Amino acid sequence: MLRIGDVLFLTPKYNNMPELDYLQKLVIQTRRDILRQVHKVNSGHPGGSLGCTEFLIVLYHVIMERKNTFDMDGIEEDLFFLSNGHISPVFYSVLARAGYFPVEELNTFRLLNTRLQGHPTTHEGLPGVRIASGSLGQGISVSIGAAQTKKLNNDSHLVYTLCGDGELQEGQIWEAIMYASGNNVDNLIVTVDYNKQQIDGSLNDVLPMGDLRKKFEAFDWKVIEIKEGNNLEAISAGMKKAKGETGKGKPVCVLLHTVMGNGVDFMMHTNAWHGKAPNDEQLELALAQNPETLGDY
Amino acid sequence: MKKYIDTGKKDTRSGFGDGLEELGKTNKNVVALCADLTGSLKMGAFKKNHPDRFFQVGIAEANMMCMAAGMTIGGKIPFTGTFANFSTGRVYDQIRQSIAYSDKNVKICASHAGITLGEDGATHQILEDIGLMKMLPGMTVINTCDYNQTKAATLAIAKHKGPVYLRFGRPKVANFTPEDQNFEIGKAVHLIEGNDVTIVATGHLVWEAIKAAETLNNKGISADVINMHTIKPLDKNAILDSVSKTRCIVTAEEHNYLGGLGESVARILTENLPTPQEFVATHDTFGESGTPEQLMEKYGLNAKAIVSACEKVLSRK
Repeated sequence: MLRIGDVLFLTPKYNNMPELDYLQKLVIQTRRDILRQVHKVNSGHPGGSLGCTEFLIVLYHVIMERKNTFDMDGIEEDLFFLSNGHISPVFYSVLARAGYFPVEELNTFRLLNTRLQGHPTTHEGLPGVRIASGSLGQGISVSIGAAQTKKLNNDSHLVYTLCGDGELQEGQIWEAIMYASGNNVDNLIVTVDYNKQQIDGSLNDVLPMGDLRKKFEAFDWKVIEIKEGNNLEAISAGMKKAKGETGKGKPVCVLLHTVMGNGVDFMMHTNAWHGKAPNDEQLELALAQNPETLGDY
Repeated sequence: MKKYIDTGKKDTRSGFGDGLEELGKTNKNVVALCADLTGSLKMGAFKKNHPDRFFQVGIAEANMMCMAAGMTIGGKIPFTGTFANFSTGRVYDQIRQSIAYSDKNVKICASHAGITLGEDGATHQILEDIGLMKMLPGMTVINTCDYNQTKAATLAIAKHKGPVYLRFGRPKVANFTPEDQNFEIGKAVHLIEGNDVTIVATGHLVWEAIKAAETLNNKGISADVINMHTIKPLDKNAILDSVSKTRCIVTAEEHNYLGGLGESVARILTENLPTPQEFVATHDTFGESGTPEQLMEKYGLNAKAIVSACEKVLSRK
């Protein structure tokens, strides 16, 4: 059983399993958590959650330096802010299975009086969450603020954030992007979940975003691209490379090419499951493709 | 009747700027963010003396509000500075989600509030900001009346944990609050004792209320005058203690009567002691260009308007 306090980024073995084997099992288990959470309440966002599962697991278990207790200020540890708050099912599963709160609490997702609100919030005091998100476009700005405070505190740890590709259509994002490069916020790594889908259709159908790499580079950001954004080793290598680019005067953007709905064949390569829960039969099919590994909650 | 002396006209925004500069010296966790209005907000001294803690964000208020929320994580106390319009309406969702709902210790400091911004006209004269901010759960809302009170409030909100909206203005106005008066959030200042009518005023209208009380006194009417610098949380006892003597009340504010101080007072009265009330405020309208004095006259936001409202409410007792 994982506990808060396992210094995961320094520990190559988990329960006597090699790191990669363990992480692969965690991916499957997290997919089950996502599907079961949204199915139970017949609402929530499985598509983007499944697409970012591998990324968040690598971030929390391989990349980030985290303390063994949670406090809001997060001094002397890396911080993560989820900007696209609608992928709360994967965020909650990853937080719970990294030891921030009991895994059983995933049973309360979106229910009355839960700490696991539809979109993440600090309001109910859920450990692991430092800002409310859901209304899109705010997370990069919040992360910049936290990164500036780290510099003022002479804290050399990093700030990570994840946002959606469709989310980049929000104007505030570009205010934040301009600010970060203009002020050398180089302790910040912004990952874009580049799945090319949004609720109303593909990015190109809704509002073509052009060449995102060139756009970030034109705003004077360092850009790292992870072509296989659902491959644990590719994510790990890409994020380590991104870490290596911090402290060099520029903010770092990771373009993470993912597949929405990854791991469930009928949910992949479509925007249909952006904000729709599977019915009983669909859940059974989806779970059969992802047999239990570390134990359901 | 107690008299108040104008010790010399000063702008409330300078009270903010001087308070902020003092905080820069005394509280190392205070940081300031500004969206390209450093001069207008009088933040120049803080910027000059504490450059490492001053963050110029450019004309990007949404980014500024969420950056401020992020800066609290790690223990900083951010003070944001821009005009009231751009501190509220323009960034309502950012304040709602990242500051209020997330319970972040951000101080939203808003200058050029209300109609006395003057010649720039209605695009910049926000008369809805108190309403917007008081509706947010957990938000403290303050509207100070003069230089000394604005400086004291700036110092006080740094010690208060939680989000605060501090509203002040552009023009030079009478400075009458004692320099050493402690600012207590949520505790009204009882300015003048009287028995016939209660006047509860906030912001620039407080000095007008004092002048109105003098006029009323000459007419043989004794007004009880309260400076309600904190609109949320509202000092319920100050209101009820006063109207239980006077049995009628006038509220005065440089704001729309929908959503302002007057409505908050009316709720307290309706729940506890139904009392005839008149509203000195703008009446569901935008402002326009003009000098502050012309606009205060045209929109009925001065001592004369307060006197008329008092006479009207007295007739309804």
